[in-house]
Amino acid sequence: MKHAATFRALLLGTALCAGQAHADAALIFDLGGKFDKSFNEAAHNGAQRWKEETGGDYLEIELQSEAQREQALRRFAEAGANPVITMGFAMSTPIKEVAPDYPDTTFVTIDGWVEAPNVRVIGFTEHEGSYLVGMMAAMASKSNTVGFIGGMDIPLIRRFACGYAQGVKAVNPDATVISNMTGVTPTAWNDPVKGSELTKAQISQGADVVYAAAGGTGVGVLQTAADENILSIGVDSNQNHLHSGQVLTSMMKRVDVAVYDALKSGETLEGGYQLLDLAAEGVGYAMDEHNADLVSADMQAQVDAAKASIISGEISVHDYMSDDSCPALTF
Amino acid sequence: MDFLTLIQVLDSGVRLATPLIFACFAGLYSERAGVVDIGLEGKMLMAAFLSAAVAFMTGSVLIGLLAGVAGSLMLALLHGVASITFRGNQLIAGVAINFLAAGITVLMAQAWFQQGGRTPALVGDARFEPITLPLAETLQDIPFLGPIYHELISGHSLLVYIAFAIVPLSWWVLFRTRFGLRLRAVGENPAAVDTAGISVIRLRYSAVLICGILCGLGGVYMATALQAGFVKDMTAGRGFIALAALIFAKWRPWQAMATCLLFGLLQSVALRYQSIELGGITIPVQLMEALPYILTIIILAGLIGRAVPPLASGEPYTKEN
Repeated sequence: MKHAATFRALLLGTALCAGQAHADAALIFDLGGKFDKSFNEAAHNGAQRWKEETGGDYLEIELQSEAQREQALRRFAEAGANPVITMGFAMSTPIKEVAPDYPDTTFVTIDGWVEAPNVRVIGFTEHEGSYLVGMMAAMASKSNTVGFIGGMDIPLIRRFACGYAQGVKAVNPDATVISNMTGVTPTAWNDPVKGSELTKAQISQGADVVYAAAGGTGVGVLQTAADENILSIGVDSNQNHLHSGQVLTSMMKRVDVAVYDALKSGETLEGGYQLLDLAAEGVGYAMDEHNADLVSADMQAQVDAAKASIISGEISVHDYMSDDSCPALTF
Repeated sequence: MDFLTLIQVLDSGVRLATPLIFACFAGLYSERAGVVDIGLEGKMLMAAFLSAAVAFMTGSVLIGLLAGVAGSLMLALLHGVASITFRGNQLIAGVAINFLAAGITVLMAQAWFQQGGRTPALVGDARFEPITLPLAETLQDIPFLGPIYHELISGHSLLVYIAFAIVPLSWWVLFRTRFGLRLRAVGENPAAVDTAGISVIRLRYSAVLICGILCGLGGVYMATALQAGFVKDMTAGRGFIALAALIFAKWRPWQAMATCLLFGLLQSVALRYQSIELGGITIPVQLMEALPYILTIIILAGLIGRAVPPLASGEPYTKEN
């Protein structure tokens, strides 16, 4: 194992040297990898947009194992990168360890939760976005049964599931929501074979719309849904194009905007809590030419009305993470 | 649980067991000949990637299959060179192959397709389609047997039937042919085989290459039949579960098939039910997922019989001067 550690350190060293000359910010991708067509890829897109617009540069690393988290944070902080932007809830603990040692560096956690003066926590109201796509799922379903497939079973993913179930029930109180998680370890984010089997299992239980919030596993879910001629819903990035005409919509989580803004602020970025909700366009549903035929004007009108009501506070979507329970779904 | 649900769960279990059977039998040949192989995972991953990439570029899944198996064979050969010819540590060679495959597949996929370490989705002839067996449609209305035939036995891809054909074939090769006898002997006592004037090196290489072909088929099945393309790390530890199955089956073919089916079934049950009520006790899904490993540890601890590997497994053979 010693060799493996040395090897990783070398790799990390190379990654750092590559862009050290002008870089002033760093981006740490989670285990899914920066091309997961979903969460991490959104961050990558945001960073690339910033790079093209400003001509700036940034350091980056794709984590390969749990052991690299703290190491990567320290290396970037030592190299003078500021801010250090991290993806995924699993960075919370390493940031809590590292942040006090580098008070002049601002750490950004997207999806994580750390209370420290030099940490900026960026959260999204995934339950609100999921509520909207849940409404669309219920309206598109003919069997009155819809499915949810999560990646790793963590509170954040349950928040997606819970919001979705509430949206479904808001349209059709009698609808059935089948919910499955792919696994309890990080491999659950990259197991399309399991995603595919879960989708088949849900289809055999009657589901005709399936919402995947599962990173790379979702690729298998969307594929199987398209093969079996049912509708699917993508997540994080706009995934409508993956199977044109067979993906109902995608729950957009504007990670790209969050990363773009953080990079734009650069060293002036301060710690604190930032919530990107429906009103801030932090979450939403995707419409483009690939799903135009699937979403009727009536459906869109209803969803937009609900969106307005959520923003104005008339509808309150329960957040699973606020009390670890869900009124519309049992896990 | 009604009858149809049971059939569906079993059906899913068969699909999930198929890559395990390929990998487990690959390990069976290799380890019976005295070459420990923990690189099953890496070989499957390589085959999964190459088959998907080539099938996409040529539009033919059969050419993809050949490419996938060839990729897996290359790694098997590498393992052979390291652990037979150069008498290196077999475990380390296996680990190296896993690392190599995990890295190089993503690197090549990114270089060829620029889709972030995955291949584009396969369509049409670039994928293995399910085969409907003769009379499956006509017979499906017969009570009990009809659905079993139509849902469970018919409707899999060609590779599933190949996997199940490999089981009796392997039993016959290993226990009823001269080659099989020598192969097993070389895993137990290579010196004796050598004294009889038979090449240990050649036998071990043949075993390692058969292992490469079978791993290749397992990887091809995942990328082109179960899925429509390659995604990084898509084997998700199945090579290791197959090794666990091999130990659980005590290196015997029929038991290996039964174990793979059991592990596949455990997975499919875990996928279908998030928690299972059994006489008032709720079994969490996590337990179902960990069960293959727990069972293997129990076997290894000697609680249900003893798992004795082939005597010479893991030992490189050095000819006496």
